[in-house]
Amino acid sequence: MSKTIELKKKVLSENDALAAELRATLGEKGIFSLNFVSSPGSGKTSLLERTLRELKDELNITLVAGDVQTENDANRLIAAGGEQVKPLVTGGSCHLDARMIHRLLPEINLDNTDLFIVENVGNLVCPSGYDLGEDMKVVLISVTEGDDKPLKYPSMFRRSSVMVINKIDMLELCDFSMERVRENALRINGDLKIFETSCRTGEGLEEWYAWLKEQVKQKKA
Amino acid sequence: MHELSIAQSILEIVLREAEKQKPARVVAVGLKIGALSGIYADSLEFGFDAIKKGTPLEECRLEIEEVAIRGQCHQCGHVFDVRELLFACPLCASGSIELKHGQELDIAYIEVDD
Ligand SMILES: Nc1nc2c(ncn2[C@@H]2O[C@H](COP(=O)(O)OP(=O)(O)OP(=O)(O)O)[C@@H](O)[C@H]2O)c(=O)[nH]1
Ligand SMILES: [Mg+2]
Ligand SMILES: [Zn+2]
Repeated sequence: MSKTIELKKKVLSENDALAAELRATLGEKGIFSLNFVSSPGSGKTSLLERTLRELKDELNITLVAGDVQTENDANRLIAAGGEQVKPLVTGGSCHLDARMIHRLLPEINLDNTDLFIVENVGNLVCPSGYDLGEDMKVVLISVTEGDDKPLKYPSMFRRSSVMVINKIDMLELCDFSMERVRENALRINGDLKIFETSCRTGEGLEEWYAWLKEQVKQKKA
Repeated sequence: MHELSIAQSILEIVLREAEKQKPARVVAVGLKIGALSGIYADSLEFGFDAIKKGTPLEECRLEIEEVAIRGQCHQCGHVFDVRELLFACPLCASGSIELKHGQELDIAYIEVDD
């Protein structure tokens, strides 16, 4: 005789519970938090380096630099003036999960943090289902990757609140249409906030900084 | 790669459940996987079959139900199936949509045999 027993349990329920705990901890302290995701090399670290250089006198920024193998990104962020930068080497895992962030928490001075940013592993698939307790996911796409990325990776674009189109200094070199990428992204997620940036020339970064400062202010209020 | 870590999570949850059901054996696990979960059913089954070997779930199979994407319009409240990745309200064309289904990654049930 066989019988069916209802379970109704989320596979990632353990991760979700830890993420909820992280969100509550950060929320209580009024810390705004972001989870940066993209394909490898879209410019996550570059955007964070520029952001640190520009805003470090105004905001206390804590960064967790996820990487599969090296601490290179963390070292770049420290060189850019990051005072609280934690490398998180996954040793092969293709995504970060809430437990990894949770484990780092005792080493982080949250009382001295206005903005908490996690740079996820470069991967547009695997990190999408793992809540890290962030307020928003920021998905980067660079113009060399093709303007149909949102349609190829809908899960990630759907779960993100912000899209940064980076490397716009290279637009002439690529068959990349700004109009099409916006159309494709908004088709998946009509609520996406979109920025166009170049971490090389600095174009478009003023809007990004202004938005970031506004979010931090609102979270503190 | 990612499916393997999901398979591992499923195995752990079901092993805990199987302990409670003893001496009955878990022969199947029912999963609900949303079309927008980022998980491919075939890779998940492949991963699960690989890691269940040598565990009490060696004979256990996955029964996977794929869940279609369903949204509700923030503007007019209309509930609809999202087709061809067009996340817009078919009534009022608003692109501000709340997802009701499609991101599931759930263990719906287990089947036990005694
Ligand atoms: N031309 C140009 N190059 C850029 C821009 N942003 C980043 N790059 C270059 O792109 C390469 C990858 O940038 P990273 O910032 O390391 O990218 P990432 O997303 O952090 O990469 P992973 O962490 O490996 O996933 C580097 O050589 C950067 O100098 C940009 O706006 N324009
Ligand atoms: Mg990087
Ligand atoms: Zn509507």
